[in-house]
Amino acid sequence: MNVRPGNAPLSGCADTPVLKERGQHEVFCGLTGIIWLHRKMQDAFFLVVGSRTCAHLLQSAAGVMIFAEPRFGTAILEEKDLAGLADAHEELDREVAKLLSRRPDIRQVFLVGSCPSEVIKLDLARAAERLSALHGPRIRVINYSGSGIETTFTQGEDACLAAMVPGLPATEAKELLVVGALPDVVEDQALSLLGQLGIDTVRVLPARHVDETPAIGTHTVYALTQPFLGDTSAALDRRGARRIAAPFPFGEEGTTAWLWAVAQEFGVAREHFDRVTEAPRARAKAAVARRAEQLCGKSVFFFPDSQLEIPLARFLTRECGMTAVEIGTPFLHRDLMAPELALIAPGPRLSEGQDVDLQLDRARADRPDLSVCGLGLANPLEAEGLATKWAIELVFTPVHFYEQAGDLAELFARPLNRRSLLKNHPFFGSGKSSGGSLEEAGGQTAPLKVAT
Amino acid sequence: MKLSLWTYEGPPHVGAMRVATGMKGVHYVLHAPQGDTYADLLFTMIERRDHRPPVTYTTFQARDLGSDTAELFARACRDAYERYRPEALIVGASCTAELIQDDPGGLAEAIGLPIPVIPLELPSYQRKENFGADETFFQLVRHLAGPAERTDRVSANILGPTGLGFRHRDDIVEVTALLNEIGIDVNVVAPMGAAPSDLTRLAAAHFNVLLYPETGEAAARWLERTHGQPFTKTVPIGVGATRDFIEEAASLAGLPARADETRLRQPWYSASVDSTYLTGKRVFVFGDATHVAAAARIARDEMGFEVAGLGCYNREFARSIRALAKDYGVEAVISDDYLDVEEAIAALQPELILGTQMERHIGKRLGIPCAVISSPVHVQDFPARYSPQAGWEGANVIFDTWVHPLVMGLEEHLLTMFREDFEFHDQAGPSHHGGSAPRPAASPRDISEQAKTGEVIWLADAETELKKVPFFVRGKARRNTEAFAAERGVNEISIDTLYEAKAHYAR
Repeated sequence: MNVRPGNAPLSGCADTPVLKERGQHEVFCGLTGIIWLHRKMQDAFFLVVGSRTCAHLLQSAAGVMIFAEPRFGTAILEEKDLAGLADAHEELDREVAKLLSRRPDIRQVFLVGSCPSEVIKLDLARAAERLSALHGPRIRVINYSGSGIETTFTQGEDACLAAMVPGLPATEAKELLVVGALPDVVEDQALSLLGQLGIDTVRVLPARHVDETPAIGTHTVYALTQPFLGDTSAALDRRGARRIAAPFPFGEEGTTAWLWAVAQEFGVAREHFDRVTEAPRARAKAAVARRAEQLCGKSVFFFPDSQLEIPLARFLTRECGMTAVEIGTPFLHRDLMAPELALIAPGPRLSEGQDVDLQLDRARADRPDLSVCGLGLANPLEAEGLATKWAIELVFTPVHFYEQAGDLAELFARPLNRRSLLKNHPFFGSGKSSGGSLEEAGGQTAPLKVAT
Repeated sequence: MKLSLWTYEGPPHVGAMRVATGMKGVHYVLHAPQGDTYADLLFTMIERRDHRPPVTYTTFQARDLGSDTAELFARACRDAYERYRPEALIVGASCTAELIQDDPGGLAEAIGLPIPVIPLELPSYQRKENFGADETFFQLVRHLAGPAERTDRVSANILGPTGLGFRHRDDIVEVTALLNEIGIDVNVVAPMGAAPSDLTRLAAAHFNVLLYPETGEAAARWLERTHGQPFTKTVPIGVGATRDFIEEAASLAGLPARADETRLRQPWYSASVDSTYLTGKRVFVFGDATHVAAAARIARDEMGFEVAGLGCYNREFARSIRALAKDYGVEAVISDDYLDVEEAIAALQPELILGTQMERHIGKRLGIPCAVISSPVHVQDFPARYSPQAGWEGANVIFDTWVHPLVMGLEEHLLTMFREDFEFHDQAGPSHHGGSAPRPAASPRDISEQAKTGEVIWLADAETELKKVPFFVRGKARRNTEAFAAERGVNEISIDTLYEAKAHYAR
């Protein structure tokens, strides 16, 4: 296997010029973050103030989850709401009161701004203040924007957490704050590892319940588990907290680097650190190695989606032996990404933003072995003969820290494995077709393919 | 403002996308913020299309707001034309762009592209997806369908099939076969599969088949007015409706009605003794108006069900569905709020629900079998196999689809007879497909509630006896018995009360 040693060149991709593009973005807006955030914050309700399009987006993104009485919804703006603003606030108050009477378990309400509510300049910040006064102190109402004109996909979580920070209680204690919504199982593993290292004053943001909301102060140090938390980081800095710079905890190497950065901050001895991490490190390495056989030597192209692209490219190139062709990201936060970029060997193009047609042209020219992209692009690219891994799954599936490292590699290996398994694959099986578009008009049946 | 979780329909620009994506050679430039591309995945994932929808989004951002967005739109139009070379361009605004009041039509016209550029006015805060499709198709037809010589042989257009339509792909095949058997050629199928150049030939047909009024009626009416083409009023879903349709099409064509029914198995299946237990089953029908009207007729006249309630979510058809409900002696549910629909179903306690994916989940929750008859639907209702709703094969498909969950229901009943058996305990609750999804805790709304109100108490052995009633009528039995007891001032329900009530309410 062609896995590079742990000591990477110092500069890596840090000096690679970034291709900045504007044009059509084939991405989700920040509202989508609600889908996983509401699972995490178990007493919160996310109320989007938007249009039918916003409701339709959430429905499409939530899939079958929408049938499980989730704690989010859309107050759909109607024509009469657009006419006069005072009226819209009354309408909103009424809908919130109705909601709270129906769901007495709710302790936090997020008023989530959308493109329409931003454009008509509906002042949701003031509405949140008013509603907090009205329903407080038991219920807390917070506003943030998940609109497409301001946020891309995972930036919705950033906007949400950043909006929570100013309201966090103050503390003078030296505590570690782990920032970013992780699946419960992953969060428990992280807390357990930190505990074993002897770091036990650990809080998480977001907390599962409003009663566990962390406090913050000038002695707080925090570590990000997700790369898309630039605004949250800035908000925490404004409260006097200090960030521990680290790569993100993906793969064996990323997790170890992340934990070690935190451990150093709390004066943990290297021997103790090695003792605690030895077994899970070995497990993670073995699990990754099994999948890396399929990935080694293959090229990968990242379309922008979640800002996870750079850390994932680091994981795939260093731990799985892949070659990155292009790493696209919706937003490149230089400061947060510096430790990651330093670890990626020079070579891949870095792109920020998107002009989807131009980017597709580049992908077609590169013919990568694997393209990581959104669901709107995945099937069309497959039909052009390019193997894809749809990116949104990487946000919903547990992928961080040691125990998930193998699963993470598996997510990328599976599409490649599948196409080698399918004997009748239209583009790679024995009966290879032209690859043209299928007839969708009725009445015209495609001729039967003769197996060779 | 209205709090919503499920929406039966998307915004109107998604309807426009359904038209553009169904067609060939059309490109849609949509003035929209980042994120509206989510709608692409309805087509690439749910309908499993192998190419991107022909839509360019301007993707304006907060910093563009102001004069910049108009320039952004003009550039997107030019780029889309250069790259895709469509035969025609449609341009419009999504809900947010509607608020910033750029004028897509005017801006696109000013560029002076050498192809037809058709502006769309889709009021996002008043109308919905079906309107968007109907209006978009109408505008395309109005701009493109000029006069044309009628074809020598009798021909018809099939109007209404779109991208993301429930079984549109296979219905076209079935209806084409029906027309061909009479001796009628199909001139153009549109929007699905047609190019703008095909739309210019629409007037060559002798008449139009309006397959889906939701998405084709405005165009059909305009063609009738402008080019003197009559259009069919019967949608050929169900055996009776298909026969009526053949009569109607034949008379419009001036040909004798002819049909090859050798493939039709539904009438015999429905007449065979195994179907006797379907008699009088109470069904609730909900969906889009076209499929609801067709399903109600099939349910009553071809399956022998009792239509216990019906309704639709598209208000455009409220009047006709209310009239239809009157024919069936029920109250129509016209609502796009799933809570209204759930309430109606819970009150009626039907034995079968025919509806959309929303009703499928309502059915799951209430433990009532369900079959899907209408959009919106999930990926499993864009099947690989041939499965039309229209015509003879459609009738066969419908019989199987509707009966399947009921047969499963009987199987479950048999299983409950073995309830003491370790494998078949009561917690393995019913699902719409008779699977073993655990029943949510919602079900025990029963005795404790009653006991609290101090009205009627179920004695233990009556409660045990009630559990022997098949789950799909158990709710009704409980309600009836309680009502029976309350009427008579009985406040304890014994086995005798249960059976007296059963005798009282026996059909």
